Order: sequence, then C-alpha cells, then structure tokens
Amino acid sequence: MRINEHPIIDFDHSKKIHFTYNGKSMFGYEGDTIAAALFDNGIRYFSDSVIYKRPRGLYCAIGNCGSCNMQVNGEDNVKTCMTLLEENMEVISEISEDKDD
Amino acid sequence: MINRDLVIVGGGPAGLSAAKIAIDAGMKVTIVERFNQLGGQLIKQTHKFFGSQLQYAKTRGFDIANILIDDLAGYDNLEILLDATCVAMYPDKVLTIYQNNKYMKYKAKSVIIATGASEKFLAFENNDLPGIYGAGAVQTLMNIYGIKPGKEVVMIGSGNIGLIVSYQLIQAGVKVKALVEAASKVGGYLVHAAKLKRLGVDILLNTTVKKAIGKEKLEKVVTVKLDDNWQEIANTEKEIKTDALCISVGLSPLHQLMSMAGAKMLDVSELGGYVPKKSCDYETTIPNVYACGDVTGIEEASSAMVEGKITGLMAVKHLGFKLDNMEKLEADLNDQLCILRQGPCGEKIRCGLKKVGEIYD
Ligand SMILES: Cc1cc2nc3c(=O)[nH]c(=O)nc-3n(C[C@H](O)[C@H](O)[C@H](O)COP(=O)(O)OP(=O)(O)OC[C@H]3O[C@@H](n4cnc5c(N)ncnc54)[C@H](O)[C@@H]3O)c2cc1C
Ligand code: FES
Repeated sequence: MRINEHPIIDFDHSKKIHFTYNGKSMFGYEGDTIAAALFDNGIRYFSDSVIYKRPRGLYCAIGNCGSCNMQVNGEDNVKTCMTLLEENMEVISEISEDKDD
Repeated sequence: MINRDLVIVGGGPAGLSAAKIAIDAGMKVTIVERFNQLGGQLIKQTHKFFGSQLQYAKTRGFDIANILIDDLAGYDNLEILLDATCVAMYPDKVLTIYQNNKYMKYKAKSVIIATGASEKFLAFENNDLPGIYGAGAVQTLMNIYGIKPGKEVVMIGSGNIGLIVSYQLIQAGVKVKALVEAASKVGGYLVHAAKLKRLGVDILLNTTVKKAIGKEKLEKVVTVKLDDNWQEIANTEKEIKTDALCISVGLSPLHQLMSMAGAKMLDVSELGGYVPKKSCDYETTIPNVYACGDVTGIEEASSAMVEGKITGLMAVKHLGFKLDNMEKLEADLNDQLCILRQGPCGEKIRCGLKKVGEIYD
C-alpha cells in the first residue's frame, strides 16, 4: 500500500524496478528497499524464526533485528530492510517448507 | 590502519553538530553512519519541532537535518562513511568499521559516541507476529519509503513519540483504531493528544495489550484494563481487529560501544538505561572518548545538537586545536542547555544527569 497523497512529503514513484519474489514477478520503485517493495505488494510474512519456526516479518526496519532476512540473488540472510531494490533481483523468503502444522 | 584526529560514531543531530565544530577547528574528522543518509531520527520527523529558536524550533525535523548536513559541505578535512557500522571500539580508541562486506580499522586520537537510542520492546503473547512493529519502523516505512504499515493501526504508548507517530499515520491515510496507555494519564504533550482526540482517536488509559492473535500475520489484539498497581483486572479483555500494532514504549541508549571499550557505565532509569559516567567536560572514563545526544540520556534533538557542539569543542580543546572565542562559545552552549532543561519538563532529565556527574542547581 503506497501513500499516494501526503500533506507534507512528496514521494518520487517515477522509476519502476522489477524483481521476482519466490519466482513471482513484482515491481517496486527506485529508492525502495526490498522490504518496502514487498510490503507494497502485500507481503508481511518474511521468514521463520530459527528454532521454533514462528512467522517473522519486518520489525525494526533499520537493520537491528534480522527479522526481515531473505535470500537475495542466491545469498542467504540478507537484511531486506537495508538493501535497496535492484532491477531483476531474485528474492526468496526464508520460510521453512517442512513445518508440522 | 587509518588515522584520524576524531571519529564520530552516529550521524544524527548530535554527531553532525559535533562534526561542524571540529572541522571548523581544522581537525581531521570521520563520521560513521550505518544508514544510507545522515540525519538520524530527524529524517523521519515531518512535524515542526518544539524548543527554542536557537535550535531551529518551528522547523520540520527533516528540514533541520538538511540544515545540519549542508553546514558540513565543502570541507576536505571531513570524511563521511555511509552504510557503515561501527561494530567495535577498544580502549586504545581503535574502531572496527564494517562497510560493503569489509572490515576497516580506524585509529582515532579522540572519539565522540553519538549513536542515539534503540526502542524498548513489550512482553505479551505472540508479540513476534508479522504486523507488530516499533514506532521507528512505522515512521521509516511511511516517511522515507512512502508505504503504509497497514490499513489500521493500534498504537501502544502515549508518550510524545506514540502521539506524533499516530498523527503521522493519520496524515498518511491510515486509520488509528486506538491508542493504548497503561498509565492513568497521557505521557506526552497535551497539545499532541488533543489533536488526536479531535481526529476521533480513542485513547484508552489504564489499558495494555494482553496478546496478539493471528496465524501468519496480525489479525486482532486483545486489550485488558489495569488497576492502579498496573495489575490486570479480570474480565475486562476486549478484542480489536487490526492488521498493524505499533509499540512505542520508550527508548534506551545504544551504549554498547562504550561498554565494550570498558568505559564506566551507570544504570539511570531517568535517562532510559545504561549511560556513561561523564566528567564535566563530557568525557567518559576513557580519556578522549566523549558522548553526546540520546546515547547519554533520552532527551530531544534540541539538547542533542547543543551537547554535540559541546563535545566537539571539548575534543578540539583537549587536542590543542583552536577556534575563535572558545571560552565564550563554551559558556553560551552550557547556558543554552540549562535553558532547555528548565522547568517541570526538565525535572526528570536534571535528576538523571546529576547521577552521571553533570551538576544542575
Ligand atoms: C517521533 C519522534 C518525534 C520527535 N520530536 C521531537 C521534537 O519535536 N523536538 C525535539 O527536539 N526532538 C524530538 N525528537 C527527538 C529527537 O529526534 C532525538 O532526541 C534526536 O534525534 C537524538 O539525536 P542523536 O543524534 O543523539 O541520535 P539519533 O538521531 O538517533 O542518531 C544516531 C545515529 O547514529 C547511528 N548509529 C547508531 N549506532 C551506530 C553504529 N554502531 N555505527 C554507525 N552508526 C550508528 C544511527 O543510525 C543514527 O543515525 C523526536 C523523536 C521521535 C522518534
Ligand atoms: S526489520 Fe530488523 S533487521 Fe530488518
């Protein structure tokens, strides 16, 4: 969900950046972090906690907590809240497939 | 090993103000900032600031950041490292800085720690569900990236940050369903609270969040009433449907680098947690290591800027650099701080600062 009208800030949403998330094509805008673009695409569930596999999403948005980690262009545990979106990035959520429930 | 007269860790209002003084005196300075822009908390503040004219009151937070950043332009004795995190500090003032997947070593003659603060968390069932954020994250999403954190939000905490971020959410077009506060009265300035009430926000006093409900993301929160001793009152639970919950229950200083280097730290609740013991020259117990801004006690940008200038000046003085009218500048800055901390609003901070070595009459 983008903020389209704001009384004080002007957001520049002029340049689209394309990427894939779990193989699906999506886009964000220049200046977005990966996390911001995913949010705009309605994604909230980013990863699972290490031991109990509890759902995790964005929490601090400034690189402190690691709760937004994903695989980006083949590299594991990238902080998506700190990494700027780039054209043709491949983003994969770190959600485990072998959950009990 | 890279040598510097001064390394400043943190590019918020405190660090930027310190840098200006030091580069004016001709010191070789590096600012280390872990975000991709300078300005600290200021870049997320869209409201006009309180305080005095000298500290840019009535100017919007992000505009103050731009003023401070512009002041640093054109100096070839200043290096600014962005996307760079200081991950370690040693007693001999060697700093390890992580940038672009590389570790670098800096050896500084003096260090100013201006790392600001991090948010406190709140314990309740399922507090790790996606959709639950710190107020800082909500501000970052909205005011930097232009993204709404949810369709609706419940805010916990009625301090100034909780009140201001609630207002910013409404400006961004998000519905604030309720503002929950455990105490029996609003914590922040009444003007901010009145503005929210006029906009129809439900302010629930003597109330906290008991648990969050949702499968893969937040769907509902359960609130509960508290008695005068902050104990839950049975059968007062209420469910509120929401896709976002924002926690704003205070900040604590990011003290880790100083603790790591062995500076003497004190736990002072009035200041928000662990803060360094300081001499009247703002020096920690490690010689030539200074600290200023929220990392020495949670306060305001106005005082962070003045403290920044004072620590910059102390670094200049102790290494034998010179500025015009140094004594007068020092006295003026100290006066400004006293004025900012006057009156009942400054009571808590004055009381806290006494405990770390600053004197207030
Ligand atoms: C919603 C809100 C409203 C506010 N309203 C007002 C107001 O009206 N008036 C007012 O005066 N104040 C206000 N403030 C308070 C003000 O913003 C802060 O007090 C002020 O920003 C503190 O400045 P600082 O430089 O100490 O820390 P910060 O602004 O937090 O800056 C610290 C910087 O250090 C960086 N950093 C931290 N650790 C490291 C590391 N290890 N390596 C590299 N960099 C690091 C951080 O990324 C950050 O940029 C408000 C704050 C908030 C959140
Ligand atoms: S959300 Fe905390 S590190 Fe990204």
